[in-house]
Amino acid sequence: MRVRFWGTRGSIPVGLTAADIRDKLAQALLAASGQRFASYGEAHAFAERELPFSLGHTYGGHSSCVELETGHEEYFVCDMGSGARAFGAHVLARQGGRPATINVFMSHVHWDHIMGFPFFGPAYVPRTRIRIYGCHDILEQAFRLQQAPPCFPVAFDQLGAAIEFVKLEPGQTREVSGLSVTPLLQRHSGDSFGFRFVSLGKSVVYSTDSEHKLEERAETERFVAFFRGADLVIFDAMYSLADAISVKADWGHSSNVIGVELCQMARARHLVLFHHEPANNDTAIEGLLRDARRLEQLTRGTQQLQISAAHDGLEIEL
Amino acid sequence: MPLSHRNYGTARVLAPRGRLDHDSCEAFQADLAPHVEACEREGLALVLDLSGLEYVSSAGLRCLMIAAKQAATHHSRIVVASMQPVVSEIFQISRFSLVLEVFPTMREALVSVSPQAAAAFDRG
Repeated sequence: MRVRFWGTRGSIPVGLTAADIRDKLAQALLAASGQRFASYGEAHAFAERELPFSLGHTYGGHSSCVELETGHEEYFVCDMGSGARAFGAHVLARQGGRPATINVFMSHVHWDHIMGFPFFGPAYVPRTRIRIYGCHDILEQAFRLQQAPPCFPVAFDQLGAAIEFVKLEPGQTREVSGLSVTPLLQRHSGDSFGFRFVSLGKSVVYSTDSEHKLEERAETERFVAFFRGADLVIFDAMYSLADAISVKADWGHSSNVIGVELCQMARARHLVLFHHEPANNDTAIEGLLRDARRLEQLTRGTQQLQISAAHDGLEIEL
Repeated sequence: MPLSHRNYGTARVLAPRGRLDHDSCEAFQADLAPHVEACEREGLALVLDLSGLEYVSSAGLRCLMIAAKQAATHHSRIVVASMQPVVSEIFQISRFSLVLEVFPTMREALVSVSPQAAAAFDRG
């Protein structure tokens, strides 16, 4: 299974500014002082290997959208944040005119998780099938609402694709075209749901927009069971621990520290920090990643937990 | 986690030992509560000597934060001191060094409380 991140930012999309790019370029030129590059390839390799990720790249700015590629001809994707626009272009290019079937799993319907759908190209293509799965009763209503006047010029009913809404039940596993999916209720305003996916012996947990109350032992144990032995856990690590349980308590999000602890307890293999705080620049996100890796090193038992920070364009092969 | 205490002037010092995590934090919170109340009643600052603490988890940090908040609402104060390197790093990683008052040594913590507390500590 391959996991492809199309949108990784929390709450609202974020774009780099002209000043951000200028600052990165200036720092990169400084870092390259004295170097000579005979070709674009050599310069590219230097940027790839020698510069810190936060300098040579960016974690990106689209809101939540994560694709799971299982080898099946149908598509599978979690959430329709602004990353769905680029995901849609990818689907259209790959299909080359053939109609696609796309299975969408919705954690919840807050705006940052649905805002990409009106810009999702395949939704406009006749004979495309889109099945939108979720546990919320208001799933369809939310998708229709954001395309109702005066918010958007194309009404939901004008879309060319055949769109179907499918209700999932928390705790009940369902097979969707060879992919097994189990939802779990999470603590978030209006509720959110995490998903545990299993395909060909590999397991991926998508758990975003989820706050963890440390005093609730039963809740902790529920999540440890949900994450148990997962090959990959995509985790809402929006805040520092101090912020998550003090000034931003009850805001519905979690931290890098809690992600490390839950994954260690569950003996998961790879933690991906996700749903980055919009106020955090690339350096701050890299700092949270470095901190998480150091905490894992300090508290490691018999199994190492791999830790990454998600960025738009990241692909992880399982 | 048994908590013995010792008073130095206007400060009460507690020295938790071992691990403060999901398994031990509830008992720690219960053991800490009477000391927090006594400090509020007697106008003392509470100093946690963490030199014997080997590890603190997010749940343990939350216990410390709640105690500090409770003390602050009663015009009392909790500070921590003498952390082992691992615990000190966990405080930095979790940004808890911005939430609680942290001092490298017990003496520096007691100086921050009052000259009497520091003098009593120096007398031993």
